[in-house]
Amino acid sequence: MKLRSAIYLASAALAFAALTLASSLPSGASDKVDPVADAKAFQKFFTDKFPKVKFEDFVNGPYSMNEDLHRQWQEKEQFPPYEFSLEMGKEMFSKPFKNGKSYEDCFPNKGIGIRQNYPYFDEKEGKVITLELALNRCREANGEPPYSYVKDEMAALTAYMAFTSRGKPMDIKIPDDPRALAAYENGKEYFYTRRGQLNFSCATCHVQSPGERIRAEVLAPALGIVNAMPIYRSEWSGMGTTSRRFTTCNSQIRGVPLSPQDDEYRNVEYYLSYVSNGLPISGPGARP
Amino acid sequence: MRNMMQKFALILALLAAGAASALAAGSEDEFKAAYAAAEAANKEAGKLRNQWTTTASTLAAAKKSADAGDFDKATSSAKEAEALAKASIFQATSEKTRWKEMEIR
Repeated sequence: MKLRSAIYLASAALAFAALTLASSLPSGASDKVDPVADAKAFQKFFTDKFPKVKFEDFVNGPYSMNEDLHRQWQEKEQFPPYEFSLEMGKEMFSKPFKNGKSYEDCFPNKGIGIRQNYPYFDEKEGKVITLELALNRCREANGEPPYSYVKDEMAALTAYMAFTSRGKPMDIKIPDDPRALAAYENGKEYFYTRRGQLNFSCATCHVQSPGERIRAEVLAPALGIVNAMPIYRSEWSGMGTTSRRFTTCNSQIRGVPLSPQDDEYRNVEYYLSYVSNGLPISGPGARP
Repeated sequence: MRNMMQKFALILALLAAGAASALAAGSEDEFKAAYAAAEAANKEAGKLRNQWTTTASTLAAAKKSADAGDFDKATSSAKEAEALAKASIFQATSEKTRWKEMEIR
């Protein structure tokens, strides 16, 4: 009888120890930040959902979703509406600042063909640096006032820089730095978090419903969505940057937008760009 | 008798006017309290980086009605704004873990 009691007691103690150990462990391997696995799963999700769409065509957003739209895109590309902005950006990019320096002095390879490396994680600063932010910092470092982040000059400059990288695969790096992984994870959280009175996340439209219509518009897949930035949108009757896209998405779902280049937007751009690695830069783009 | 009637009518009119002004004063206080509560809740939503545009527009509508002296309408709008702000706080709090359900894995 004593032996049986001892066995029961030992079993209970073991079970208790196992439970304690389990609760002290991280909540599971799936919660570990693994950008490589994320990007693989992300790309597979879209290629499985749209088996007829060529991988490199995802960068054309709604125009990749069916043949009719693809034909519209081909026609649009003959006289692209972003052309004026592109020309303006090219001119602005080569024009020296008042101090004689220019944008070329602020970027690697004089700013040509580098769009695919933005945004990047700056280990000195411990934050994500987007191309738009780098351009304004370049201006300010050379005694020039910063541009608005959402359109006009900023869209023109990023249009030109994107154009010089056309066809180059997106190549975002996540350094072995816990702050970089945290920025990536925060960007992912922002992407999937529902907000605004309409209770939409970025993923509600661009993961759950790409190819579907929302009113008159066909929703773009999230895969490759940043590769086409900046874009000329017919709805805007003009050009818009990545910042413009994020802030207008927020207000469309009745959420108060954050300020352009706030950490949340920089991080979500980092996340979205990383999971689109390998897809070609197609900016500047045009959208309905 | 006629004098009595006149006096009675005058007392009634004065009472009615007094009651109306007391009601209006109460309504303004009620509006101020409701507006302060809505603003506080919206500020809390701001700390969570999740304010709604509808909260801001409903707060603005409340203020407009109050400026026009319509405190009943203003109070009603302020209460609605508070409910919207509280809903945005609930959303931000619950999404801290819920977002993972939508993640592509």
